Amino acid sequence: MKADAAPATPDISSTERLIGTLFEQARLDRDGALITGVGEFDGAEVAILATTGRTYIGADVALAMARHVLDVMRDAPGRPILIVVDNSGHRLGRWDELMGNNGCLAHLTKCLYFARRRGHRVIGLVNELAVSAGFMALGMATDACYALPSAEVRVMALNAMSRVTKVPLDRLTELCATSPVLGPGVENFTRVGAIRAVWSGDLRAHLRAALAEPPAARDDRRDLGHERGGRALAREVAAQVRAGA
Amino acid sequence: MERLEFRFAGRPGTPLSADGEALVGVVGSGNLEVMIERADLGGACEASVDTSIHGFGDTWQQVIGDFVERRGLANIRLSINDGGATPAVVMLRLDQAWAGLGEKAP
Amino acid sequence: MIPARHSFLEATARARVRGLLDAGSFREFCGPAQRRTSPHLPALGMPVAFDDGIVVGEGTIEGRPVLIAAQEGAFMGGAVGEVHGAKLTGLLERALDTRPDAVVLLLDSGGVRLHEANAGLIAMGEIQRAVFDARAAGIEVIAVIGGRNGCYGGTSIVARSCDRIIASEEGRLSVSGPEVIEAVEGIEEFDAQDRALVWRTMGAKHRRLTGEIDEIVADDIDAFRSAVAAVLGAPRPFDLDALEAEHARLAGRVARFKGAKDAREIWAALGVNDPDRVSDIEADEFNRLVAVLEGDRP
Repeated sequence: MKADAAPATPDISSTERLIGTLFEQARLDRDGALITGVGEFDGAEVAILATTGRTYIGADVALAMARHVLDVMRDAPGRPILIVVDNSGHRLGRWDELMGNNGCLAHLTKCLYFARRRGHRVIGLVNELAVSAGFMALGMATDACYALPSAEVRVMALNAMSRVTKVPLDRLTELCATSPVLGPGVENFTRVGAIRAVWSGDLRAHLRAALAEPPAARDDRRDLGHERGGRALAREVAAQVRAGA
Repeated sequence: MERLEFRFAGRPGTPLSADGEALVGVVGSGNLEVMIERADLGGACEASVDTSIHGFGDTWQQVIGDFVERRGLANIRLSINDGGATPAVVMLRLDQAWAGLGEKAP
Repeated sequence: MIPARHSFLEATARARVRGLLDAGSFREFCGPAQRRTSPHLPALGMPVAFDDGIVVGEGTIEGRPVLIAAQEGAFMGGAVGEVHGAKLTGLLERALDTRPDAVVLLLDSGGVRLHEANAGLIAMGEIQRAVFDARAAGIEVIAVIGGRNGCYGGTSIVARSCDRIIASEEGRLSVSGPEVIEAVEGIEEFDAQDRALVWRTMGAKHRRLTGEIDEIVADDIDAFRSAVAAVLGAPRPFDLDALEAEHARLAGRVARFKGAKDAREIWAALGVNDPDRVSDIEADEFNRLVAVLEGDRP
């Protein structure tokens, strides 16, 4: 039925639709859930590093993404990088652990760190979902990470969290209403400073502003978390320890 | 969680001779941490206990009171975070804390 | 006379710090008397700890200045919350100001503290960035793993962001915990009760054989101290060439062992004659084996 209806049109993922909205045009390669390429934005080129379908970041996926970042650094010094984040976290499995996925994820993050240091503006945009290590290794490895209003960011779903912490689900749900550190959601992650802003309306205008913004001289996410009432202590405690007090 | 506060007479009128603190134990199931500090309390001793097990105020008062009396303490503040330790473990930690404070004496 | 061993595994975070540093050299920052406790745990009816489960400060090892942090594994499984994480980040940032010979991180953690999950996760990102900032400034960051919780979740990613990792045979290093894999993927994928499987897949010896860990020591605080002292002030290269070399190493492994099901296949392919024995041998013999495999005969 599907094949009969539109044989010439491949399935377009929400990530690809999003890229289509953001860029005048884009040349993309797709390999499973991984989408890489170059987009044209206001006449300039932006490297695209994306995943789709709420995929899991396995050791192989992390390394493929790292390779792309290394290639951009080598072939296009200074080119901005947009990461469209869409994952269900790291892949849970014996093989990935045998391979040392933690090392692969660390390596991916290190590549993004180097890109930032070498003058590539690195922007993250959470499309559908970002979970735990998948958010740490991608969204949090950027100069600034944004999210669509419909996106979800989380460490763990609440029912699983309830099982692990042994706090009843209704109690957790109740606490989530008032505590930004506990529950899933873009708003909570914005309040703790992990998401810089939510992009709604004119997405191109948001991307334009994000690309134009100079990178912060230092990690200012604690400051955001403090200003937004999401993290009352992190900024102060870190400053105190830095001062040796 | 339950918060308990106690004050013991200690040795009234004793001046503070030194300061310092020690921390022993780790908060966990069946375990507790005890912080002991020298503080000018006019010779008295104070204890505050945060415990995950409700309804044992009398036991805490007795165990800590015994400790204060046995050691002849003055100007001591005890702060306890408890994950449900037995009185025997509490007693052990209190003695360890006192020993730890001794190591840090000037 | 055989010197007495002082188990690192059994020791508290404070005892580990005391044992690693020169006697009397430790100065703690944001110590327990300041009562910087978690503002989030009481809401969930959980007890707090005066140091939020981590000791941070400075001292010396064989007279050389270091910054040191030790996670207390017995409190909340060493998990990272807002205050705990901020103490680690602040310590790493202090290295930029004081330029010690190394920052030594004694990791013993299940990862993010779920009771303050969002603050814990963002803290992981901040800690990791602070590790990179220290390294970019030429300051060595050493991860030490030998506690009961191993090193899991975001902490495992932080560990692999450091210059090097020193672990005991008992150390484990993985992003997913065995129970989580079993709960999500099923017991056929991973039987969390199979301790031998857990150990083969996530244990320090597997990580050492595949180059994820730099050195294995016996479970002895003095052995850890010697191992740390031996590499102080020797940061690994932190540049694009090093990044490419690391990539080639990781990509090579993933390609070579694409269909691997069990660590023993990998060890055999790496040249271990008797993979079934690896779990039984002590640190000294294991290190001789590694030296032979690496063509670096003693």
